[in-house]
Amino acid sequence: MILGTVFGVLFWVATLVLVLGIANKVRIYWKTPAPLKIPTMPAPVTQRGVVWRMFKEVVFFQSLFRASKPTWLFAFVFHMSLWLVLFRHVRYFQDPVSSIVLFMQPFGKYAGFAMILGLAGLLIRRIVVDRVRYISAPSDFLMLVLLIGIGATGLMTKFVVHTDVLQVKEFFRGLMLFNWQPLPSDPILLIHLASVAFLMLIFPISKLLHAPGIFFSPSRNQVDNPREQRHLAPWAADLEAQGKIYPDDK
Amino acid sequence: MADYEIPKVTGETGKLAVPAVEHDTMKGTGPWISKPHFQKEMHFPTDFEQIGGTTKYTLVDNWKERALDKLDDLRTRYRSLQVYLDICVKCGACTDKCHYFIGTADAKNMPVARQDLLRKVYRRYFTFAGKYFPKLVGAVDLTEDVVDDWYNYYHQCSQCRRCSVFCPYGIDTAEISMAAREILDHIGRGQKYCTEIMGKVHKIGNNLGLPQAALADTLEGLEEDVEWETGAKVKFPLDKKGADILLITPSADFFAEPHVDGLMGYAKVFHQAGLDWTLSSYASEGANFGMFIGSYENMRRIALRIRKAAQDLGVKRIVFGECGHAWRVAYSFLNTLAGPFDFLDPKYPVPQHVLEITWPLLQAGKLNIDKTRNDDKTLTFHDSCNIARGTRMGDKPGGQFDIPRNVIKAVCNNYVDMNQDTTHDATFCCGGGGGILTDDLMEIRVKGAAPRMEALKNVTENQGVTHMAAICAICKSQFTKVIPYYGFTMDQIVSVHQLVSNALILEGQLEYEKIERDEDDFY
Repeated sequence: MILGTVFGVLFWVATLVLVLGIANKVRIYWKTPAPLKIPTMPAPVTQRGVVWRMFKEVVFFQSLFRASKPTWLFAFVFHMSLWLVLFRHVRYFQDPVSSIVLFMQPFGKYAGFAMILGLAGLLIRRIVVDRVRYISAPSDFLMLVLLIGIGATGLMTKFVVHTDVLQVKEFFRGLMLFNWQPLPSDPILLIHLASVAFLMLIFPISKLLHAPGIFFSPSRNQVDNPREQRHLAPWAADLEAQGKIYPDDK
Repeated sequence: MADYEIPKVTGETGKLAVPAVEHDTMKGTGPWISKPHFQKEMHFPTDFEQIGGTTKYTLVDNWKERALDKLDDLRTRYRSLQVYLDICVKCGACTDKCHYFIGTADAKNMPVARQDLLRKVYRRYFTFAGKYFPKLVGAVDLTEDVVDDWYNYYHQCSQCRRCSVFCPYGIDTAEISMAAREILDHIGRGQKYCTEIMGKVHKIGNNLGLPQAALADTLEGLEEDVEWETGAKVKFPLDKKGADILLITPSADFFAEPHVDGLMGYAKVFHQAGLDWTLSSYASEGANFGMFIGSYENMRRIALRIRKAAQDLGVKRIVFGECGHAWRVAYSFLNTLAGPFDFLDPKYPVPQHVLEITWPLLQAGKLNIDKTRNDDKTLTFHDSCNIARGTRMGDKPGGQFDIPRNVIKAVCNNYVDMNQDTTHDATFCCGGGGGILTDDLMEIRVKGAAPRMEALKNVTENQGVTHMAAICAICKSQFTKVIPYYGFTMDQIVSVHQLVSNALILEGQLEYEKIERDEDDFY
């Protein structure tokens, strides 16, 4: 039961940090003005076009595909597998489990392997390609190691040392209602869960911010219409209203 | 010719191989530093001084604190900066995309590494991970060595945005390098080339410091040249009140080759189409160096000259000549900086590019064209980076690629495109954009031109290309200067409107040419 409480608190803290941390960053991105029109051209001339452009970036990684086929392959396989794996995990929070989640179970199960393959490809690239090695900080390697660790331990609970998944489900379903339940004491499971909590904790202070951040990237989210519509940031409008060129003008 | 190695171009594929990473091949002291009195005019701090007997300068007092304050200020005013500093995942997609990296192999010329020079400091002082675990996330203290690296490597970026095309998040190194230069300007590390030139614009109206009388003289000379060549009285009006069109063009168009041939082309097109136009001596400059140094205020101050000129002259439309960065500031920023332009004729977009005038005239058959006059040439087209990735022409995305090509093909019989990895939005910068076009940066300019030179060599050797057309004053100046290093000759660079000019037959020109020929035969 101690284990259940420790991990219960850990997951509550991690969830709060994740949600509030990202919310705070999104708030900052949102309120920071983009004073100039800087879409990378050619850019869509309508808002709908921008949604389509963003869709292609977020779902198919269009720019990365143009940039580097190996990186695209590894990154695409990793991210898409991650979605399947995450979706599969919905069953730990639902009762009864919806039919679509049930249907996706086998796909999610094997996506775990694909996810690790993708991550391994990215890690090998980071080590082998001299340019990518040069730009990597220790945290860039560790991030991949952490994700591989999460994937590997997760797969082990399924394929190597079976965990009492019903108990795990009890734990998480209880957690949502502050109804503390015990957690199986399998070391592999505990490493898996601790790593996930750690990932959630560092999400808002790391490069994982690319996930919400891309939606705020002016070079991708702006409409190409500067001649038709005047685009003015609030601070620039203030300067204009005061009749000033420079803020230090008298 | 030079005390450094010129990159080898073979022309075999049109695309240079990516070099292995080397370290510090381009380490240096950067371009000449701007003196305090140039900085003053830009409203930048002036409390720094030359170190006696050297070309070095001190930094301003409390430079570190003031640099960090400026960074903090900019990240709250520019979403691009805040987001781009945060979200890079170091995937490496951009690492082989920069012409300066390809030409120099210096690790710090990889776009992400260039961004990291600033990002590492941002992380150290403004992020949790960097404050408490600097080594883990590669955060560094702000030291004078870091400032030296900033000054050196942020002046080896031409802000061409090629990297941003390939970044999965669109991270634009130009935004980072503009912010870095703005910070440097606030601690006594301004770049002389940019600030000195902007001082001339603020004072006189153009980058050259060419006053009204000299400009009028020059234009009169051009009228004589055109008349001597064609027999037609083509006007180059200056400060003509009540004209319909105000033409804003880079001041290089007034005297440099091949720019001036382009200017003669615009004038002939306006003449034949019967358009009433004028230049302005007050706003006699299309270029806006305020963009290069990331200074919204200075960029706006220059842009407002155009608004004032348009109002004073009472024109109906504003048209820009062939200039890459000018067209970016014009197309993308002018409405923001100096709008709204509700006093102009709402029938026309504000502003227009001269190619947006010429192409419809060609389509409508309103220009009398003899394509064979360009038959001595086989052309290719260099997409200027700022036009390709920072603007549009016409009403459809991609018009900035099609319209110049359409115009060239309408006035020339022989046209070939270069390797597609080096054209359109994947075009390589000429190597001299973004405030780099100065003699104290010759080495980086020569090396940065290598990817374009390889693509050009490929089409000259395999497809008989003789000339490369450009629509940017910087591209034209840069290429005429650096292509001799690669075995080409200066006159292989031409303006697009120079080609139009060659093929355009004015009223009475054929008769005039016949008389001239007869006279030549007679003597």
